Amino acid sequence: MTGLKELMQPHRIAMMLVFAALVIWCAVSLRWDWIPQYAPLALEGLWATIWILAVSTFLGFLLAVPLGLAQAVGPWYLSIPARTFCTIIRGTPLLLQIWLLYYGLGSLFPQFPWIRSSELWPYLRQAWPYAVLALTLSYAGYEGEVMRGAFSGVAKGQLEAAKSFGMPRFTMFRRIWLPQAVRNVLPTLGGETILQLKATPLVATITVVEIYAVSSRVRADTFIVYEPLLLLALVYMAIAGVIALVFRRLERG
Amino acid sequence: MDTATAAASVPEADARREAIRVEDLHKSFGNLEVLKGVSLTARQGDVVAIIGGSGSGKSTMLRCINFLETPSSGRIVIGGEEVAMRGDGSPANQKQIERIRTKLAMVFQQFNLWTHRTLLENVIEVPVHVLKVPKSDAVARARQLLERVGLGGKEETYPAYLSGGQQQRAAIARALAVDPSAMLFDEPTSALDPELVGEVLTVIRDLAAEGRTMLLVTHEMKFAREVANHVVYLYQGRIEEQGPPAEVFGNPQSDRLKQFLSSVA
Repeated sequence: MTGLKELMQPHRIAMMLVFAALVIWCAVSLRWDWIPQYAPLALEGLWATIWILAVSTFLGFLLAVPLGLAQAVGPWYLSIPARTFCTIIRGTPLLLQIWLLYYGLGSLFPQFPWIRSSELWPYLRQAWPYAVLALTLSYAGYEGEVMRGAFSGVAKGQLEAAKSFGMPRFTMFRRIWLPQAVRNVLPTLGGETILQLKATPLVATITVVEIYAVSSRVRADTFIVYEPLLLLALVYMAIAGVIALVFRRLERG
Repeated sequence: MDTATAAASVPEADARREAIRVEDLHKSFGNLEVLKGVSLTARQGDVVAIIGGSGSGKSTMLRCINFLETPSSGRIVIGGEEVAMRGDGSPANQKQIERIRTKLAMVFQQFNLWTHRTLLENVIEVPVHVLKVPKSDAVARARQLLERVGLGGKEETYPAYLSGGQQQRAAIARALAVDPSAMLFDEPTSALDPELVGEVLTVIRDLAAEGRTMLLVTHEMKFAREVANHVVYLYQGRIEEQGPPAEVFGNPQSDRLKQFLSSVA
């Protein structure tokens, strides 16, 4: 009740009216007649965006855990390579990494007959494996650094208590160290995942058809510029909202 | 007549099984030698209070017993089993030290309850995930133990929502849950507000009364005198004086102990 009352302040009502007017104006006076024709492609693109995001953040996080651990407590022969990897990934543009993998690595492979004849070739000749790889490595690089801090940040007494009860090292890692480390950086990881979402359009540059590529296609085909971009912005905001909700749920649980 | 009773009482005292034996324990941090050859035996049912000024090495000694600190040299024998040590003092056999640690439950100055788990989860953690006790058994036992330390009804609470005294009592319940053969208390009341010390000491007093073997590093002299049957006074890494509490507190021999006792009184 109080929420509703607070919402019904004069200045808020004015803002809502302005916003509603804007939406109505967009709906009425802009061109949306292209939507039915491109809807199937847009759905495909949306799906590509979502699964590329999900797979690359999941795999990236799996990589980030050992990268963070190696930097936090690893011996020099593990911590130096891990730190080098994170520094390179964080120090170079993602677009460059995507292109280096796709145009560099991807164009090297066909020169080896044994690769061309291998079972993997049907995948390696497509663009999406390079897109997923680049995004995964990027996420791993950033989150490796985050996890380094997360692992170091767990209070020593927490681990000492586990140790003093004879908990084997891996059990201690799985039951105490990792959950506490992840819990401490969940808000950061949520933000980074949203950044990762907004990095996905870059893979359109290597011919992966995700949602941004679809909006470009609409523009190229129909010369309608503004409307697809507006819709695109809405789609990204919706996905970002879902990510934020998921992480808020995780933080509470 | 006197010699006969004395002779009779010695084997009786020795008949109790040895719980913890420390022999010629040395520990250095860099150039600083914190323990300079400490030897100590606790038999089953003994309550050994370890007292001494700050920096005397009492916590370090306790932490060397379960190898939270790596001794520089010496021998540690737990329940008749010697801990295998490498040349640098680290445990040579990880499996062995883990097994021995499960018999030695530690209670820390800072409680060190696992902050991401509720009290109940804290208490069942080691029984379920280390000792492989069936979860339902562990839960039932944990509820009893929490009840016993006066925390019935707080099972689902996270440690952060509890007072220091409550956290320390929960930590004691966690230690009891592994059914330890000996308990190591590392200044269990030093981080508590004065009005919360009593509730924790009451729990420890009960444990002593039921014959638990305990090593207790403490600043609570009155309490040490009351619950311990053996008191060890450490001074600069050596045992300066030890004996029954009545003697150590009532009739201290060394000037340092006299000075120490008058300074903490």
